[in-house]
Amino acid sequence: MTTTLTASKEQSCQTLLASGHTACTGCGEALAAKLVLGAAGSNVIVTDATGCLEVFTTRFPQSSWEVPFIHSLFENSAAVASGIEAALKSLGRQNEAKVIAQGGDGGTADIGLQALSGMLERGHDILYVCYDNEAYMNTGVQRSGLTPFDCMTTTSPYGEFSWGNKHNKKDMPGIAAAHNIPYVATASVSFPKDIENKVKKALSITGPKYLQIHSPCPLGWRSNPQLTITVARLAVQTGLYPIFEMENGKITKVRKVSTPKTPVEEYLKIQGRFAHLFKSPDGNEEIRKIQEIADRNIEKYGLA
Amino acid sequence: MRLDLGAIAKAGTSKANQTCGWRNFKPIFHQEKCVGCGLCKIYCPEGCVTMVEKKKYTVDYTYCKGCGICAEECSSSDIEMVVEEK
Amino acid sequence: MSTTFIEGSIAVAKTVGVCRPHVISAYPITPQTHIVEHLSELVANGELKTEYVNVESEHSAASVVLGASATGARTYTATTSQGFLLMIEVLYNIAGMRLPVVMTCVNRAVSAPINIWNDQQDSLTARDSGWIQLYAEDNQEASDMHLQAFKIAENKDVMLPVMICMDGFVLTHSFEPIELILQEEADKFLPPFKPQYYLTPKNPLTFGAMVGPDGYMETRYFIEKTMRTSLQVIGDVAADFHNQFGRFQGGLIDTYKVEDASLVLVAMGSVIGTLKDVVDELRAKGQKIGILKVRSYRPFPKDEIYRALNHVKEIAVLEKAISLGYGGILVNEIKSVFYGKPKTPKINGFILGLGGRDITVDTIHHVIKDTVKATFEEKFVGLNEALIGGK
Ligand SMILES: Cc1ncc(C[n+]2csc(CCOP(=O)(O)OP(=O)(O)O)c2C)c(N)n1
Ligand code: SF4
Ligand code: SF4
Ligand code: SF4
Ligand SMILES: [Mg+2]
Repeated sequence: MTTTLTASKEQSCQTLLASGHTACTGCGEALAAKLVLGAAGSNVIVTDATGCLEVFTTRFPQSSWEVPFIHSLFENSAAVASGIEAALKSLGRQNEAKVIAQGGDGGTADIGLQALSGMLERGHDILYVCYDNEAYMNTGVQRSGLTPFDCMTTTSPYGEFSWGNKHNKKDMPGIAAAHNIPYVATASVSFPKDIENKVKKALSITGPKYLQIHSPCPLGWRSNPQLTITVARLAVQTGLYPIFEMENGKITKVRKVSTPKTPVEEYLKIQGRFAHLFKSPDGNEEIRKIQEIADRNIEKYGLA
Repeated sequence: MRLDLGAIAKAGTSKANQTCGWRNFKPIFHQEKCVGCGLCKIYCPEGCVTMVEKKKYTVDYTYCKGCGICAEECSSSDIEMVVEEK
Repeated sequence: MSTTFIEGSIAVAKTVGVCRPHVISAYPITPQTHIVEHLSELVANGELKTEYVNVESEHSAASVVLGASATGARTYTATTSQGFLLMIEVLYNIAGMRLPVVMTCVNRAVSAPINIWNDQQDSLTARDSGWIQLYAEDNQEASDMHLQAFKIAENKDVMLPVMICMDGFVLTHSFEPIELILQEEADKFLPPFKPQYYLTPKNPLTFGAMVGPDGYMETRYFIEKTMRTSLQVIGDVAADFHNQFGRFQGGLIDTYKVEDASLVLVAMGSVIGTLKDVVDELRAKGQKIGILKVRSYRPFPKDEIYRALNHVKEIAVLEKAISLGYGGILVNEIKSVFYGKPKTPKINGFILGLGGRDITVDTIHHVIKDTVKATFEEKFVGLNEALIGGK
């Protein structure tokens, strides 16, 4: 027999994202935010765009944020953060806190792209973190510009004339890097130490930084909550989610894919959002196309 | 806490919300084979795993939603998911 | 105080400058441009120590001042027309978060068709947003009201954003002798901004939480209640200003020869100037006529308007905006002032000056004659018959 000790409330408050939030069981975004805050420490001011993270952490009168936090709208997280950074400067309080802007993939790569571009271009000293769960989860899993190819969502359903999302993932890190900013990186919740290192490194650099974290959503991906880390890891190992660091426009570090190469099926088959690809032999051709995407990533970023 | 000034809430107050009721499965930390890697704590999306001592980790069942990530990722298979008795 | 012959936009920019805003963010759009260009110049010359954030859209301009205000900074933005419409989502958000941002809405028509000239359709689209809206008649007033705006907005019993509305081109681009407010005078009038709550790790609060059916309605109740409180504050700040500067430039309404008038013209903004000329002319001929200027449109000073007009027989409401599908906006609010009261005057509405259509002395004479002659809900005046003849 084993005994389990119940930790005290104080002990459970080990992160800056307090327990009691209402994210779904096994939510990768909740985990990613916890890891980002843990690495950043308490001397930060954070913004967040409308989306799952904001909703599950700030149900008035409760809040899970142990750091100063502001949510305004869906598309303006980067602009609100710009205002915060400008205010800190103007008030002579710039040493008081680092500014971190956050958003989901929709709030970042789609509706918030303009505000983000402005923030990156103006050179604000802000770390922007995109929690990429590859769809608009908060509104019920609709496709976004970061939804992967052939992925089933509620607005890119599988049907007689559709294999799901028709388009490839937007190269958001590339777009960020095109603003000639000092630091761009991708990460995955399956490599928490890497997230920690990247957040710390980013925050040590002055200027705009962009970090995009692959964050599985068991609800939208129709994956087993228990497998959140497994799924995320497979995305990296297959080459479908390249993990890299770019400093001053040059890729300085990548995470190698597994050897021997993990076929993309391993990743696809454990997620309901790709289940339609396995229903009929026709799906093999689609899986081949997805394998090509992985292979191209491996080549482009030198992941082998 | 200040609805009259635009929905300002106090830090960390979500701890009042006990999410244990969501749980269908419950992690049992056997504390036998633990190697102290800390992965259970790092990966828990609820932030409800704590270290008691170097090779002894435990869970605050007040918040654990029973996702099973800790059990899945445990380096030494020392965490077991059992059906929650309600 | 120093009198300078100066463009309206520049006067406003200089007044905003002496209010020592910590953060300014704006996006250029005609006819707001001269204001923000001059502010940029002040910053470039080192005359104004502020963070001026050149953004990529009005949506971001409003978002930048939102974030800055929540961090404890005094903030300012300006826009007009399309920029105003693009901002609206954020404007509601600023008010809902109770951030005392000050902005200038240079009044301009809205598209389509695109038209850069003056009317007041833009700011009226945000009348329900929770912003205090004050309309300026001339450039002295526009300039002075910006100083008052910060004091009203930042009052701890208010904590609502304030919008100064001034007619595009008619005011922004016209030159008048203006008594500019000097730095020492502004510093004496306007205390530093010290909000009770702001974003800081010293007290890590959550701003902009999600509120469900159990609390949302109360947020609206609080703003509405504060709007009522701000009626008093707007008056008090105008009185403070009068004490210090000797000019009465502010308050909720202004009246001109209303005391013994049987017919009163009601309007907002620069058209008041033209009305005064006509009233003087008709008074000289013995007609008992006056003007009521609505300066504070939100909060809407129902009691003050009733007190000023309850003896009047005929009212003509002149407005440069329209609620399409309903008709006049201000006219119906003036009518509501008299609802349930013992005596209701005749109240006629006139839609005029849309998209910069000239409002001449003749137009006003026409309005007055019409009001004496007939009773109607509202009508367009100054339409070009040749264009609406069905061709
Ligand atoms: C202007 C505007 N358009 C649409 C919405 C509705 N909306 C709220 S959150 C959301 C999706 C969020 O998706 P994402 O940014 O990927 O975050 P996630 O919920 O997936 O974490 C949408 C479409 C909104 N709030 N505001
Ligand atoms: S829908 Fe997905 S992202 Fe949103 S809370 Fe649930 S698991 Fe997390
Ligand atoms: S089951 Fe999930 S929520 Fe519970 S302790 Fe393990 S990781 Fe945390
Ligand atoms: S993951 Fe397993 S081995 Fe590692 S600390 Fe937790 S219980 Fe111990
Ligand atoms: Mg998303």
